[in-house]
Amino acid sequence: MRSKTNKRYARRNSKLTGWRLFGIYSLLLVISIPFIFPTWWMFTASLKPIEEVFVFPASLIPNDFQISNYAEVFRLQPFLRQYWNSMFIAILVTIISVTISTMGGYAFARISFKWRSKLFVVLLSALLMPAEVTLIPIFRLMVKSGLSDSFFPIILIPAFGAHAVVGLFLMRQFFLDFPAELEEAAEIDGLSRWRVFTKIALPLSGPALASLAIISFLYSWNLFLEPLVFLTEPNKYTLPVVLPQFTDTYGAPIFNVQLAATSLSVIPVMIVFIMAQRHFIRGITMTGIKS
Amino acid sequence: MRHWRTGLFMAAPVLLGFIFLVLYPVVSVIRDSFTSYNPLSGDAAFIGADNYTRLIQDETAIEVAKNTLIFACILVPVNMALALFLAILLNLHFRGRTTFRAIFFSPVIVSTVAWTIVWKYILQDDGPFNYFIGLAGVDGPNWLRDNPWPMISVVMVQVFKNLGMNMIFFLAALQGVPEEMYESSEIDGANRWQQFKKITMPFISPTILLVAILTIAGAFQVFAQVLLLTGGGPGLSTTVLSYYIFINAFQIFDLGYASALAVCLFVFVMGLTVAQWQIRTRWVFREV
Repeated sequence: MRSKTNKRYARRNSKLTGWRLFGIYSLLLVISIPFIFPTWWMFTASLKPIEEVFVFPASLIPNDFQISNYAEVFRLQPFLRQYWNSMFIAILVTIISVTISTMGGYAFARISFKWRSKLFVVLLSALLMPAEVTLIPIFRLMVKSGLSDSFFPIILIPAFGAHAVVGLFLMRQFFLDFPAELEEAAEIDGLSRWRVFTKIALPLSGPALASLAIISFLYSWNLFLEPLVFLTEPNKYTLPVVLPQFTDTYGAPIFNVQLAATSLSVIPVMIVFIMAQRHFIRGITMTGIKS
Repeated sequence: MRHWRTGLFMAAPVLLGFIFLVLYPVVSVIRDSFTSYNPLSGDAAFIGADNYTRLIQDETAIEVAKNTLIFACILVPVNMALALFLAILLNLHFRGRTTFRAIFFSPVIVSTVAWTIVWKYILQDDGPFNYFIGLAGVDGPNWLRDNPWPMISVVMVQVFKNLGMNMIFFLAALQGVPEEMYESSEIDGANRWQQFKKITMPFISPTILLVAILTIAGAFQVFAQVLLLTGGGPGLSTTVLSYYIFINAFQIFDLGYASALAVCLFVFVMGLTVAQWQIRTRWVFREV
């Protein structure tokens, strides 16, 4: 009995081999198709002449490479400008939201102040708030103050709105597991609470800060509804707003050029992800929900 | 308590942001829902519950509410079941599991707009999807035009986009189940399925609850997919509440009516969350 148990236990922990491994690989490979194929197809179709995009049989690799699709992207739209807009806004949003979420998360995790737990529950309601609900009054306010066709709401909403609460939640989760002894020792040495935060806690939270920064950057980079509602001039567009607008004069999309623009917006993010994917996923797991 | 000043000071920016960008708008949208506010006509009169009576009589709104429910009822179970299944597979020990984790996670980092644009091409009548299933002898429908496929297409595109996030949450939870529990249950002669039911599920139930709450809330916010994939059509078949609010608010500028719709969406999401929280004791083994 005992030896049988040991064998089964050993099986649970040992690496899979043989047919079981083969089975799992084939299953996973089939399931991965809808996750990988779109990216592959986007990139290859962006290099095809327009007649080849929907040709039968569909080609996995372009028969005819047409790099000029990419030049066309910059001819049809002020794409460089729009790229810069997205970048500039995302960087600002990241700096602001990481700063305030980290401070807030630390306060909610480590400092007891009045109504702390009640305030936290109220804050959490922001996680569930559909963007459409809050957008109407904010839109009204921005139109009234003449800020609607500017970057102001596009930075303000993701940096200080519901997304900052998500960041606060993640950082609180991270700081809850922070060893209290370090802080106590520092306080005995006479450091103020603020200094404990900046001198002790912050230097030790690099990985958590990095994953929060990545989440914030992506959130802003991919934001669609708010820029779509607020921005009206092509020169101010961000990438998600301009991508659906690669159309001819009749409003029909120019497939290959649109996919070239889409590739340009996705590829840098993909490269960073592929290089950092281990840290990325581990960071989200770490700051994420453990219980 | 002696640091309460520092604490409040540090939390202040997020708290203020919350007050001005979440709390104030919610109060304000409730107030607006009782007005005929329209920036084009300059109208902003108090009209009582007119928007709500209009809403009940609006056949489009009823249809839209139905679509929203259908969307959520397919999306949430499919997303969570597949995410949990993949998490369990990728929690096994074998070479290449981190690569597969990365593959399933990768759509999460792609913008919804880019993801949807590409899928729109893939699902065209003469697109690659129909071509490849044609090789297997299947004559595919027009996925974005022939009912009921447009709704299913929108759901699946969304599932593939966001499943990776839930998978990672589940993986983190699975890694937290103590190995000794499995060991001792094996000594008691439990099989794999019993272990899953009696150990794994209870242990990860708090995560399941959290993922359920977030996935349901997310399902009611689906917007870009509908706008870019089907435009709400054919007919109204894929028009969901958040998209309908967008049209009323920012295309027809009927902000009063849109506010009433938004209040309904808000009540819907909050109600569901509270309901889930209430029944948590029944199926959540440990307190969060």
